[in-house]
Amino acid sequence: MSVTSGLFYVFSAVLLFASFRVITARNPVYAVLYLVLAFFQAAMVWMLLKAEFLSIALVLVYVGAVMVLFLFVVMMLDINTEALRHGFWKHFPLAALLGVVIALEMAAVLMGGFRVVDVPLAAEGAVQLPNTQELGKVLFTQYVYPLEVAAAILLVAMIAAIALTLRARKDSKYVSPGDQVRVRARDRMRVVKMDATQAAVEPSSQPAGEVKA
Amino acid sequence: MTLTLGHFLSLGAMLFALSVVGIFLNRKNLIVLLMAIELMLLAVNTNFVAFSYYMHDMHGQIFVFFILTVAAAESAIGLAILVLLFRSRSTINVDDLNSLKG
Amino acid sequence: MSQTLSASTLIWVPLAPLVGSVLAGVLGTKFGGNVFGRVFSHSATILGVLVAFVLSVCTLLSVVQDGAHFNETVYTWMQVGGLKMEVGFLIDGLTAMMMCVVTFVSLMVHLYTVGYMDEDEGYNRFFSYISLFTFSMLMLVMSNNLLQLFFGWEAVGLVSYLLIGFWFNKPTAIFANMKAFLVNRVGDFGFILGIGLILAFGGSLNYTEIFAQSGAMSQMVLPGTDWSLLTVTCICLFIGAMGKSAQFPLHVWLPDSMEGPTPISALIHAATMVTAGIFMVARMSPLFELSDTALNFVLVIGSITALFMGFLGIIQNDIKRVVAYSTLSQLGYMTVALGASAYSVAVFHLMTHAFFKALLFLGAGSVIMGVHHNQDIRWMGGLRKYMPITWITSLIGSLALIGTPFFSGFYSKDSIIDVVSESHLPGAGFAHFAVLAGVFVTAFYSFRMYFLVFHGKERFDQNPDAHHDAHHDDAHDAHDAHDAHDTHAAHDDHAHGHGHKLVPHESPWVVWVPLVALAIPSVLIGYFAIEPMLFGDFFKGAIFVDLVRHPGMEELAHAFHGPVDMALDALTSVPLWLAIAGVVSSYYLYMINPALPTAIKRNVMPIYDLLENKYYLDWFNENILARGARLLGTGLWKGGDQAVIDGAIVNGSWKLVAWVAGGARKLQTGYLYHYALVMILGIFVLMTYFVWLK
Repeated sequence: MSVTSGLFYVFSAVLLFASFRVITARNPVYAVLYLVLAFFQAAMVWMLLKAEFLSIALVLVYVGAVMVLFLFVVMMLDINTEALRHGFWKHFPLAALLGVVIALEMAAVLMGGFRVVDVPLAAEGAVQLPNTQELGKVLFTQYVYPLEVAAAILLVAMIAAIALTLRARKDSKYVSPGDQVRVRARDRMRVVKMDATQAAVEPSSQPAGEVKA
Repeated sequence: MTLTLGHFLSLGAMLFALSVVGIFLNRKNLIVLLMAIELMLLAVNTNFVAFSYYMHDMHGQIFVFFILTVAAAESAIGLAILVLLFRSRSTINVDDLNSLKG
Repeated sequence: MSQTLSASTLIWVPLAPLVGSVLAGVLGTKFGGNVFGRVFSHSATILGVLVAFVLSVCTLLSVVQDGAHFNETVYTWMQVGGLKMEVGFLIDGLTAMMMCVVTFVSLMVHLYTVGYMDEDEGYNRFFSYISLFTFSMLMLVMSNNLLQLFFGWEAVGLVSYLLIGFWFNKPTAIFANMKAFLVNRVGDFGFILGIGLILAFGGSLNYTEIFAQSGAMSQMVLPGTDWSLLTVTCICLFIGAMGKSAQFPLHVWLPDSMEGPTPISALIHAATMVTAGIFMVARMSPLFELSDTALNFVLVIGSITALFMGFLGIIQNDIKRVVAYSTLSQLGYMTVALGASAYSVAVFHLMTHAFFKALLFLGAGSVIMGVHHNQDIRWMGGLRKYMPITWITSLIGSLALIGTPFFSGFYSKDSIIDVVSESHLPGAGFAHFAVLAGVFVTAFYSFRMYFLVFHGKERFDQNPDAHHDAHHDDAHDAHDAHDAHDTHAAHDDHAHGHGHKLVPHESPWVVWVPLVALAIPSVLIGYFAIEPMLFGDFFKGAIFVDLVRHPGMEELAHAFHGPVDMALDALTSVPLWLAIAGVVSSYYLYMINPALPTAIKRNVMPIYDLLENKYYLDWFNENILARGARLLGTGLWKGGDQAVIDGAIVNGSWKLVAWVAGGARKLQTGYLYHYALVMILGIFVLMTYFVWLK
């Protein structure tokens, strides 16, 4: 057993344990932290596959940004987790069965056809560029358009997130210009016809003091 | 023993199966649902990278790149929606989110 | 020398009455703003019919003296494929005679109406209608194709409907006009089938073309059966004639049509419209001659009508009904003549009958006017003192009807009896018996009416229903406001609770002049017309008789030695003595021994009931056919319309959709985990499918 495969088994074991704990943790903060662990392990597995750019990107982007976001949200919301776990173990047998079935089916497919072993490098004399440069070579030539689209998606996501959650300031006196222009005089003022002069009201016979009371 | 493609793929398969189980079990907790979805994406990404390595094809990794981008965007928006839901309902219990009942 | 008549002259024959009708009908009524009054209305229409009459007489003279002939299309309405729909005229002896009869009787009725309908509010409308009728009937008889014939046929049916229901506020009148129209419709159904068959297998609607094809058509068989095509066609055409000419069993509308004013009973239901069927069969004689079965059918139906309708006339108490049943019986005679292939005899009888029957109806109308609109003959009597002109003309009409020698009716009726006895058709034996027995019956009921109305004790103040019909009441209120109304000066004294005695009076000159004018041909025309019409060339080219198979006319021609001889021969023949017997028995029963009829009635109550209920045909039509049709309609409405169409199809479709949707919406629980679960299960199913089953 080489170092690589040994490392692989270690990383995989931790990864699987961590993901199991993600889904069964009682405390959501624990779940998020276990998810972070799982991502770390996955990044290491990818490193074993000589995809170093992607594994670092996974750590930086996913763990660093997305998981932190998850943590923020979990800690911000005051969630009553007890009520949420009601009926958890009731469904466990069926869920486990389903999971096992899916895993076995996938294994049946995969084990059957994919016994590809690490073959020597394709081009004997080709210089093996670093992974990043290889990635960049393909990305900026063949996938330029999807790259731009991905950038647009990110922009849209940002705007969407802000637009969804933005709350207006309570002390803002902002008025929509459209509404200002559409105002009609009769919404603001009502002209009532009255006589210029009115007959004086007869003073009451009671003394002023009693009236005031 | 030498690692074959099959090993990595079965790893991905098991991760996927775990996340499906997670969806099943945590049907009431929206946050854990979202986390299970992240796990699913991770499993898929692992598959892609493994294929890329064993097929000597960069395209797999490019795809992971894009999946990562879109997954990040989707998590952001998903959480924004979650926050909004919590604001209006003060709960993330999926049972209470049935206004679209037919 | 044949000379063609000109189309522009001929077109004015139907057009003049139409113009009069439109003027009186549109501008004389509220519809057009009441522009013209009564005098204009009757003047315009009478002028129109007078023009038509003068032109018809000129045409007849052209045809008789110069042998003129006309058969052309005046206007092509449209042409669809090979079918030409056109307006055209065919003028030969038959047409010219019909034109003269129609216009003459119409003119007399127009003149008569000036007096009869004087008090009526719908005066202008009435004149418009009778002119419109004249137009329609003329279009019918002058046509040279079946389409125009059918147009005229339907138009006269329509005007008959309008006129029977003239007093539309009377429920009985409305019932009668609907009955007339619907029964006619039954006949028209057969008629259209016949026309359709002719068109389908003959290829044309034009008479000349059809008759040219008749030889070929006589060999054809109705597809899908083994019946001769011409037999079926002729029977279908005759069913139309049964409806229009009131043959048994489609006769039920004619007695009810007496609800209309008397002038139209004279014009339409005696002289002209009901003879349209007879005319049509005579016109189609080339076709009928080729089918013995159809002729036999015609013969049997005619003889049934002739005899049994006569029986019903015996017990009627309404003066107009007696004459109506007499008309039915005489139409039966004409039909019998048609069946015996004696078309010229039938048309000859049509002509003489038109005159004396119109005379009898108008006379009855004069009587009704005289006794202040009472129509029951039980409460008349002795009127000959008060209404001499009416009395004499009615006597002349009755004598003509029963077949008194030298009168016109004698020549036509006896010819029918003679020719039927020569016929070899299977039904000829019964037909001969029927027409002979009919002579006795006819004489009996005609003179019963005559004696009860004009002779005997005066009974008009014994009427228990001393009040008049609604028409008179309405006019009466309007009348009281008028001062001088010359035609009804005697109106102040009548039995209306004032204790005055009813005194009948003679009708004004506008009423008795037509009576006299009609009495003259009732006496004379038979004598002068029999030889040219029956045994001469009058109907040459118009009527076709197969003398080999139906030699009746030839035998008749051999036995004929002139009108005087025929009259003298009759003194030794059976029909005359049957007629005399009828007159004598009616004189005895109603003048000498008036208690006897009541005693007889008591003894033969079942027969009396049968006659009283008109052989229960009306009961059958109303309770079985009409009710059956209504039940069918209701059944289709409730079962078909409401249950099936509305319930199952229209409502059912949306209910089904709603039910399905109601089930489908249960899938939309709104719960996120249900949706996620469904997604996962879906993935699982797809995986299984692609892994294991593909």
